[in-house]
Amino acid sequence: MSEVESPPFRILPRITDLNRAFWTGGERGELVFLRCQDCGTRIHPPVTICHEDHSRNVKPEAVSGRAKVATFTINHQMWMPGPELPYVVAIVEIDEDPSIRLTTNIVGCTPETVRVGMPVEVVFEKHSDGEAAVWLPLFKPVEEVA
Amino acid sequence: MADRSWAKACITGVGQSEIGRRLYRDPLELTIEGCLAAIEDAGLTVKDIDGLSTYPGMELGNPGFSGASATEIHDALRLELDWFDSGVETAGQLGSVIKACIAVGAGLAKHVLCFRSVWEGTAQGSGGRQGIGAGGGGSFRASGPLSWTLPFAAPSAAIWIAMFAQKHFHEYGTTREQLSQIALNARKNAGLNPNAIYRDPMSMDDYFGARMISEPFCLFDCDVPCDGATAVIVSHTDCAKDLRKKPIHVESVGTALRGRPSWDQFDDLTTMATRDAAKSLWERTDLTPKDVDILQAYDGFSFLTLSWLEALGFCDVGEGGPFIEGGGRIARDGELPLNTHGGQLSAGRLHGYGFLHEACIQLWGEGGDRQVAKPLEIAVAAAGGGNTCGCLLLRR
Repeated sequence: MSEVESPPFRILPRITDLNRAFWTGGERGELVFLRCQDCGTRIHPPVTICHEDHSRNVKPEAVSGRAKVATFTINHQMWMPGPELPYVVAIVEIDEDPSIRLTTNIVGCTPETVRVGMPVEVVFEKHSDGEAAVWLPLFKPVEEVA
Repeated sequence: MADRSWAKACITGVGQSEIGRRLYRDPLELTIEGCLAAIEDAGLTVKDIDGLSTYPGMELGNPGFSGASATEIHDALRLELDWFDSGVETAGQLGSVIKACIAVGAGLAKHVLCFRSVWEGTAQGSGGRQGIGAGGGGSFRASGPLSWTLPFAAPSAAIWIAMFAQKHFHEYGTTREQLSQIALNARKNAGLNPNAIYRDPMSMDDYFGARMISEPFCLFDCDVPCDGATAVIVSHTDCAKDLRKKPIHVESVGTALRGRPSWDQFDDLTTMATRDAAKSLWERTDLTPKDVDILQAYDGFSFLTLSWLEALGFCDVGEGGPFIEGGGRIARDGELPLNTHGGQLSAGRLHGYGFLHEACIQLWGEGGDRQVAKPLEIAVAAAGGGNTCGCLLLRR
């Protein structure tokens, strides 16, 4: 899971104790969600209670980083400084649990080739350094193995 | 079954300020103008108002989103209030009206002034429409729900709702030709509304010639920011008998949000909160969609109207595209006249209250050139989309 070179300007998330594992998992190349240690339910956005059994025993765990495009849009409008237009905003569902979704960008392909249901995998875009560093999880098409 | 205490509430007056693309007028002044118009329309005086409700209240950070808070109107008019409320975490923009109905039904107030005021046209100036939270500068960091979308250059509801539309297109074969009818119908009706922002005729070619914003939305799928205030008086039926107009009864209210309150985590990406709000509306009445004579349904983005049509049961889920195809059914002389003032797409983004205002105008037969010819008894006013929705079933 390589990192994106020379990333565009982005508004970054404020890092808290609760979301640090998610936004910094990319340092190790890992896409990380909280998971209930009692019943196995994954939780996102992060909150310290399992919505299934209300257990407070939740811990970050990595998933494979593979996902499917649930839906997407090719954005043509300049709302603020950001990626080169047009760019793809998508909602992806992670393979381990499709009820866990991320709003993200699809990169590494031309926008016109993105499809609903397309298999994708995480690729991290690093911003800032030190304590302020974050790794944004973007997704690229899974390369077909012949 | 709920005790239907809201049904003791009725609408006794509506009013609007001057409305324009960019008026460069003081937003509080504009809000007062809308509020006084509604009070006068009801045949009341400022002294009669003992309740106040608004959405969203204080300005939240997107420029022009709130023309006045409850506090500002409270003090400007020196109201003596027995009940008041404002806030954005409610059943859409009309959640503020629904709360007023509940307050009146519970006996907490007799006449509640409800208002929604915007000055987005002037606030955005010539710089065009901005993303939400995009003006924070280089060191700004996003927190809360926006922290999950802003880092991915997704700062606008145009993007979020375009993704629902795309999902609907994918699942049900809905097309841009079908969706265009929401915009074309709105423009046709706006031509008959002297207060509408855009009144020139629009053709299918114009629609397809417009620049893309966020696929499948082109410019004409997105509403037009404007300046203006809309106000509605919610009264207790016992206090409405001798007022100027025949009261419009609140038959039911739709307030539910049973799925996750999130733009991207909601279970069904083709419907979202319209589904729950509409379902709860019908659970609280013996009336059915077949009884509805006219529909005023939110079109902040064209797809949201299609979503309301399906959610409210005017057609099956997934059938919204064929339902609006050709535009005949939703025309002023069709079986379900829709957004007869021009919606937010052409009459301006008055943000939810414009639909309730128009529902009342039509039920009172005050639509002038745009008045629907058939007799009208039952209307639905529905507002919001995405993760925040509310609706009212009205009976003349």
